[in-house]
Amino acid sequence: MESGILVELSHAGRREHGQWLVRDVSLSIARGEIVTLIGPNGSGKSTTVKLALGIHRATAGSVQRARGLKVGYVPQSLAIDRSLPMTVWRLIRTSGQRNEEAIKEALAAAGIAHLGHADVHSLSGGEFQRALIARAIARTPDLLVLDEPVQGVDFSGEIALYELIASLRDRIGCAILLVSHDLHVVMAKTDRVLCLNGHVCCEGEPNSVSMSPEYRALFGARGAEALALYEHHHDHDHGLDGGVERMDHQHHTVRAHTHD
Amino acid sequence: MIDPLFLQAILGGCGIALVAAPLGSVMVWRRLAYFGDTLSHSALLGIALSLVTGLFLTAAVFVTAVVVALALNGLRRMEQVSSDALLGLLSHASLAIGLVVIALIPSARLDLFAFLFGDILSIDQTDLWIIGIGGVSVFVVLALIWRALLLSTLDRSLAEAEGVRPRWVEAVYTVLLALVIATAIKLVGALLITALLIIPAVTARSLAETPERMVILAMVFGVGSVVLGLSASYVIDVPSGPSIVVAAFLGFSVVFLYQLLLRRD
Repeated sequence: MESGILVELSHAGRREHGQWLVRDVSLSIARGEIVTLIGPNGSGKSTTVKLALGIHRATAGSVQRARGLKVGYVPQSLAIDRSLPMTVWRLIRTSGQRNEEAIKEALAAAGIAHLGHADVHSLSGGEFQRALIARAIARTPDLLVLDEPVQGVDFSGEIALYELIASLRDRIGCAILLVSHDLHVVMAKTDRVLCLNGHVCCEGEPNSVSMSPEYRALFGARGAEALALYEHHHDHDHGLDGGVERMDHQHHTVRAHTHD
Repeated sequence: MIDPLFLQAILGGCGIALVAAPLGSVMVWRRLAYFGDTLSHSALLGIALSLVTGLFLTAAVFVTAVVVALALNGLRRMEQVSSDALLGLLSHASLAIGLVVIALIPSARLDLFAFLFGDILSIDQTDLWIIGIGGVSVFVVLALIWRALLLSTLDRSLAEAEGVRPRWVEAVYTVLLALVIATAIKLVGALLITALLIIPAVTARSLAETPERMVILAMVFGVGSVVLGLSASYVIDVPSGPSIVVAAFLGFSVVFLYQLLLRRD
């Protein structure tokens, strides 16, 4: 493995009960890089993440992780059983981080400095995701892995959450592996997109992926348009819902989806 | 004068209540109540084993509980049947086999009632040593695996991503549970052990903000139930196990009503 590479999958795949969940995935994530996996439901995104993290063993190909790699993981749809009493603070401490200052910093970085003593069962969807992100950050990870982090979060919360995630690379200097089935918001800051559908359909910079026929076949013209929108390769005046006219670079994600 | 035998029972009971608190809390969080029931019902099979082979009772019960837990794991591979059905199968099968084997041994003079519902007077010094040493070992092991166990309870994938092996941690937990069941059987009996594990933990839930506080409160309620229940059984001559469980249930009811009143204000 080259130095600076955190995780490398080469032709990795996994087969369960005689069926391929995902196959022939080659992917490497370098220090400080943001990689996004997109694809429809059941396309093997979560399986790919689990292969990368070593949660699942690859039944084909190989997976390598940098020695001593520290991962911060936010799994898809984690639900804490209500019988388990848990404050945000205690949840973050399950990361193994005991230093109070570090925990406070993680809370602040996730934008929930005021929620340290809150009961996790009383949080909104967005707050809970932030608590999980704070927990992941508290591990001071080299690689932050977020599996569908905006699920169950309302729309305005979604945008704020994506902005938070994009800011984490600069703030903590970690690489980010993001799984998403919606195609818009984080794309602008993504270095590389892999489009999965049981295998890697296409990959590359967000812009080139959106142009590829495989991508268009998978998501249709509408998805392609959304992706292109964020890449600013055209500043035409019809948005997804006809409401978008001009987009400035800072806030285009917000405007593109304001239904007004 | 307080009967030294009674003091022994109180001491042993409190020891068991203390170790039962963390194990019972985990049982509540992981929804393992029925699993605990199955292990404790298998204790009767353990008693039968001890009668047949002459093996020391606590050891025999412990071994049987571990074997039943392993059997359950093996049966889980049969994916057409859900876990709770498998637990029902094992729970009653081991109870029934135990009863049949005991009936078949002509020399067996067994007070079945005492084993099903517990008997304070049967606690002796050996039992106290087992509870003491066993209890300390359970605490040491639990302290070592606590973070891993909590993480696996939160989310298995999360635990695995952070280098914890949930299966391994769960296996250790099961062994500890079998140990506690084996030592508690004389006190509360095979049918009521799960109650001693679960009721104090459930009582503690609504009063706790963190997992550890729930465990500590469960210890308080558990010890309280043992003292209250055993005292009652000593004074009015009722079986010890049911008395402890009734005391625990009273504690739960008081806390529950208190919470209801609080909400009303």
